[in-house]
Amino acid sequence: MLDVRLYLAQRLSAMLMVPLVLGHLVVMTYAIRGGLTTAQILARTRGSVFFMLFYGLFALAVSVHAAIGLRVILHETARVTGVWLTAFTVVAGIGLLLLGEHAVLVVTWP
Amino acid sequence: MAVGWISRAHPLWFAFLLHRLSGLALALFLPVHFSILAMALRHPARLDGFLQWAQAPAVKLAEFGLVFLLSVHFFGGLRLLALEFLPWSERQKTLALGAVSLALLLGGVFLLRAW
Repeated sequence: MLDVRLYLAQRLSAMLMVPLVLGHLVVMTYAIRGGLTTAQILARTRGSVFFMLFYGLFALAVSVHAAIGLRVILHETARVTGVWLTAFTVVAGIGLLLLGEHAVLVVTWP
Repeated sequence: MAVGWISRAHPLWFAFLLHRLSGLALALFLPVHFSILAMALRHPARLDGFLQWAQAPAVKLAEFGLVFLLSVHFFGGLRLLALEFLPWSERQKTLALGAVSLALLLGGVFLLRAW
């Protein structure tokens, strides 16, 4: 249940996330060594324009990608269509975007 | 029904299933991930308590699972993008197996560093 625009949005968000996911895997694997504390995380992320832009963009791309992916699964497994399918996609996308950007701001705001 | 079974008796049907299930799991994990991060500001002590809990071996294994899911969705997604946008390659089964192997490798490196 994808039109051309949703299909392209899914593929473009995937391509955009190629460097972002690789970067996230490197950051996680590097940072996990010796355990994590809140102070350690915030010391690295607070006031960092790089982390704010990197993860701000990541949260936007993943919200689009996940909302469309969930939409496909919902349509193919539960046969949801029409306005309900559209409503679900919009709510999932905007909900993830708000939660994601809020979390990014919380850890990167100076 | 017979046709359905034949189409599923193929390694690349498993690759499709893995991509779908990993994507579903990651999408469901995202709100949890974002909410826990947001605790850093309002409840730093609670986040520290959570991070301490995350030191438990069982939780580290679960984290390995998450890194594996992200990696396998990533490498499997690269195969799909190549399949759709690059010239056709006959080696789809090899590429799918390569995606699973690389994901296990990255998950393993993460687990070793986290342990």
